[in-house]
Amino acid sequence: MNRRRSPADRPSRLRRWWLVLLLAGTCGGLSACSHPTPDRHTLTFWAMGNEGEAVAQLIPGFEHAHPDIHVTLQQLPWKEAHQKLLTAYAGDTTPDIAQLGNTWIAELAALHALRPLQPYVAHSRVVQPDDYFTGIWATNRIDGILYGIPWYVDTRLLFYRKDLLKAAGFDVPPRSWAEWSRQMAALKARDTPGHFPILLPTNEFEQLLSLALQQDAPLLRDGGRYGNFESPGFKRALAFYVGIFRQREAPLLSNTEVANPWLEVGRGVYAFYLSGPWNIGEFRRRLPAAQQGDWSTAPLPGPDGPGAGIASGSSLVIFRRSRHQAQAWQLIEYLSLPAVQRKFYELVGDMPPRRSSWQGGTLRSDPDVQAFREQLERVRPTPAVPEWERIVTGMQLVAARAAHGELTVDQAAAEIDRRADAILAKRRWMLDHHRGPQP
Amino acid sequence: MNRQRAAWLFLAPALLVLGVFFILPVIAALGLSLTDYDLYALADIHNLRFVGLHNYWALLHRPLFWSALGNTFYFVAVGVPLSIAASLVAALLLNSPLARIRPFFRTVLFAPVVTTVVAVAVIWRYLFNTRYGLVNYGLAEIGIHPIDWLGDPHWAMPTIIAFAVWKNFGYNMIIIMAGLQAIPPDLYEAARIDGASAPRQFWHITLPLLRPTMMLVVILTVAGYFQLFAEPYVMTEGGPLQSTVSVLYLMYQDGFKWWNLGTASAVAFMLFLIIFAVTTLLLRLARRGEHPAGKRT
Amino acid sequence: MNPRLAKVLINGSLSALAAAALLPLLWMLSVSFMAPGEASALPPPLLPAHATLHNYRELFAHAGMGRYLLNSLLISSAITALALASNLMAGYAFAKLRFAGRERLFQALIGALVIPAQVAMLPLFLLLKTIGLVNSYAGVIVPGMATIFGIYLVRQYARGVPDELLEAARIDGASELRIFGQIVLPLLKPIMVTLAIFTFLAAWNDFMWPLIVLTGQEHYTLPLALASLARDHVQDSELMMAGSVVTVLPVLLLFLALQRYYLQGLLLGSVKG
Repeated sequence: MNRRRSPADRPSRLRRWWLVLLLAGTCGGLSACSHPTPDRHTLTFWAMGNEGEAVAQLIPGFEHAHPDIHVTLQQLPWKEAHQKLLTAYAGDTTPDIAQLGNTWIAELAALHALRPLQPYVAHSRVVQPDDYFTGIWATNRIDGILYGIPWYVDTRLLFYRKDLLKAAGFDVPPRSWAEWSRQMAALKARDTPGHFPILLPTNEFEQLLSLALQQDAPLLRDGGRYGNFESPGFKRALAFYVGIFRQREAPLLSNTEVANPWLEVGRGVYAFYLSGPWNIGEFRRRLPAAQQGDWSTAPLPGPDGPGAGIASGSSLVIFRRSRHQAQAWQLIEYLSLPAVQRKFYELVGDMPPRRSSWQGGTLRSDPDVQAFREQLERVRPTPAVPEWERIVTGMQLVAARAAHGELTVDQAAAEIDRRADAILAKRRWMLDHHRGPQP
Repeated sequence: MNRQRAAWLFLAPALLVLGVFFILPVIAALGLSLTDYDLYALADIHNLRFVGLHNYWALLHRPLFWSALGNTFYFVAVGVPLSIAASLVAALLLNSPLARIRPFFRTVLFAPVVTTVVAVAVIWRYLFNTRYGLVNYGLAEIGIHPIDWLGDPHWAMPTIIAFAVWKNFGYNMIIIMAGLQAIPPDLYEAARIDGASAPRQFWHITLPLLRPTMMLVVILTVAGYFQLFAEPYVMTEGGPLQSTVSVLYLMYQDGFKWWNLGTASAVAFMLFLIIFAVTTLLLRLARRGEHPAGKRT
Repeated sequence: MNPRLAKVLINGSLSALAAAALLPLLWMLSVSFMAPGEASALPPPLLPAHATLHNYRELFAHAGMGRYLLNSLLISSAITALALASNLMAGYAFAKLRFAGRERLFQALIGALVIPAQVAMLPLFLLLKTIGLVNSYAGVIVPGMATIFGIYLVRQYARGVPDELLEAARIDGASELRIFGQIVLPLLKPIMVTLAIFTFLAAWNDFMWPLIVLTGQEHYTLPLALASLARDHVQDSELMMAGSVVTVLPVLLLFLALQRYYLQGLLLGSVKG
C-alpha cells in the first residue's frame, strides 16, 4: 500500500508535479524564449536555391566591412520560395531583406509588405539607376514606386550539344522556330530509344512563357482585368509547345523525375535543354572535362528569327516590418558593387544587371555567356499584377494537359482564360470600387 | 464540493488547450468559409467580403475539386481494401501455430508504420524512378517495359496506393492479430473433429468472429485514408496533371500556397462532411449485419 | 495438407512479406553510403562500391542537419512532456472523479474525434499569428499539448484503478492532488510509457502542421528539412537517402526499444469502450 508514505517525501514529489503544471501554464511564453531577442544589428536575409548557396560566400566580406552587422542567411528552395514569402507575410515573420523573383514584386508591393527604396537610392553612391539595364530596372517599379534593386538578370534560352547537332547535320543552333523544328525532327530521326531532342519539364512554366512573350499580344487585357490567352499569338506559342510533345521530341516528364538533367544532357539523353544561366555553372561542375567542349548556349529561337525571352531574375528588397532597414540597405549596396557582382557571377553564373559589372573579369570573354547577353537585349517583362504567379501556374497546369493530349490547343487556351478570369475576379472588384490593389 | 472542483482542475489544462486550439478554430473555420478572406483581406481587413455559401457553390462548379474528390475516393476505394487484405494475410500467417520466430516477423512487418512518411516517401520516389529505379530494373529483368510510375497520370495514384499499403498494413495487422487471438481455440477443435477443412474453418469461424474487429479496422482506415496529403506532397507534388491532388492537398494549396482562406475553409468542411457521411454509413452497415448480441459501441 | 509443406509455405510467405517491408529501408541505408551520383547508374547498384560517410558529413556540415535534429528532439520532447501531463490528468478525471456532466462532456470529446484536425488549421494559423507564435517552436508545440486520443487512452486504462484505494486515501484526509500524484500516477506508469512513445512518434513524424506554421528554416524539424531538400536536391539521391536515415533511425530505435508498450497502446486505443 503506498498511500501511507512518509510525510517527508511528499513535498518533493508534489513539487516535481507542480513543476510540470507550471511548465504547462507558461509554455505560452515559450515563444519569447524561442525568438532570440534581436541583437542590435542582426539581419535576416532570405535567398533562394543556388543564389542562397553562393551568397553565403559573399557575406563574410560584408561582415568584415561592417563589423557591427551580423547576417543570418536562410536558403529557401526555389519551388517553395513564393509560398514561404507569402506565409511569412501572413504570419508577420518576414525577414529584413530578401531576394525576390522580380515577377513577385507586384504581389508583395500590393500587400504593402515592401519598403519603397527611392529615398535610399537618392542618396546612394553605389546604386546608380542609369547604370542598370532599363528593362530590368523597370520591373522593380510598381505604379511609379521603386521596391527592389535588381540583383541579377536571367532569361531562358537553349543549352545544346554541339556534337549531337553536328552529327545530325547542323553546324549552327536554330534561330527561328522553323529551323528549330527541323533540327529536332532530324535529331528524333536518328534517336536511340529513350533519348529525346529536348527536355522541357512539364511542370515548369518558364519555357512556354518564354515562347508566349515572343508574341505581340499581351497576356492580360483591360488593365490586367482579364486573361488574353485566346489571342492568336498565345495560341501559336501553345501550339508550338504542345507540338514538341505530340511529336515525342520531348518526354512528358516533370522535373521531380529528372534526377540529374546535366548528366542526362552529358549522356546524350537530351540534345537541347531550355533553361537559365545558372546551368552554365552546373554544366561546368558536373560534366567531366572531356565533355566540356560538347555543349554550348544559344539565344532562344523566335517565330521568325531570334526571339525575345522572359525578363526574369531577382531583386533585393527590404521588408516594411524590418527593424534594421538602414543596415539592410548597406547589404544591398554591398551586393550591388560591380566587383562583388562579378564574384557572384563566378560563383553561380548569375548575370549582373548593371553595365559596369560586365566590364571586367570573365564576363567579357566567356563565350557561353554571350548568348545570354544577346538575348538580354530582347527581354520582355510579364504582367505586373499580384495574381500573376497563380495565373501562370494555372497556365502551365492546363498546358501540361494539352501536352498529354487531354485538351486541344483551342480548348486549353479557353481553359487558361477561364481560370485567369476567375483568379482576377477580386482584382476586378477592387479596381471597380476604387480600392486599387494598393491598400 | 471539493472533489467536483478538483475534477475541473484536473480537466482544465486539457480542455483549455483543446478548446482554444481546436474547437474554437473549427467554429472559426465555418465562419471563414462564408467569406472571401484572401491576401487582399490579410493586407487590409476592409477588403473582406461576406459571401454566404458562394465558396461552397463555386467549389461544386470547380473541376479541380471534383477531380481531387475523385482522386481521394480512388485512393480510399482501392487503398483501404488492399491495405486490409495485406494486414489480414500477414495477421493470419503470423497467428499460425506453424510460424517460426514470430516476434521477429512481427517487428519487421510493423517497422514501416513507425517510419516518417516524408522520409520513406523519398525512398519510394527513387525506387520507382523511371530510368534508374530498382523497380523498373527488376521488371526489365522479367521482360516488362519500363513504367513511368510517378510521371504517368494513370500510374501515379497506384504507386502512391502501393506505398500507403506498404507503410500502413502493419498497424491493422496488430489489431487483427488481437482479434484472432480472442477467438476461442475450442471452436476450431470442434470444427476439426467435424472434419471441416482449413478454408471452411476460416470461412465459417474466423471471418464471422473477426467481423467486429474488421469493421473497426475498416472505419479507422477509411477515415485515415481520406486525409491523404504528405504522400503526394513529397512524391509527386500533386502531379502529373494533378492526378494525385487529394482534397486535403487542394485545401493546403488554396489555403497556404495562395492564401485563399475562405475557399480553403470550405474545402476543409466539405472533407469533414464527406468523412462523416462515409463513416456513419459504414457504421450503419456494420450494425445492421451484426448479431443481436453483438457489442455496441 | 502436408504439415511440413504448410510450414514451409507459411514461413516462406512470412519471409517474403518481411523482405518487402524491409528492403526499401535497407536500400536507403545502403545508398546513403554511396558516393554522389553512384546510385543513378544502370544497372542500379545495390551496395556501395566504396562505402563513404561523405553524405552524412555533407548533411551535418553544410545542410544544417544537426540543427534540425535538435529541433525535432526539442519539439517532440516538449509536446510529449506537456501532452502527457494534461492527458493524464484529464483522462484520470474522466475515469475516476465524479462531476456534473462528466459523461456528456466525454461523449462530446469522442464525438469531436471525427473532425479532421486539418479543419482547424486555417483559423489556428490566424490565431497563432495574433498571439505572435507563428514561426516559433511554441507554434508547433502549443496545439499538441492535449489530445482527445490521449485522454481516451488514459481513461480506458485508469478505469482499472480500484476505487477502494482512492476512497481509503480520501478517508485518510489526502488531497485530490496528492492522491493523483502518489497513488494514481504510479499505477498509470505503463500507460504513461505507452502514451509517451505514441505522442513522441506522432510529433516526430508530423508534417503538415509544422510545414504550415514554421516559416523559417531555423525552426525546421527533420521531415520539413527533408521535404525541402527533396525539392532542390532531387538529383542528389545519395544525400537524400542519408537524410532519410537520420530522420527515420531515431524513431525506429525508439520503437525497437519500447515496442511492447507501443503495441499495447495501439490495441487499447483501437478497441472501442
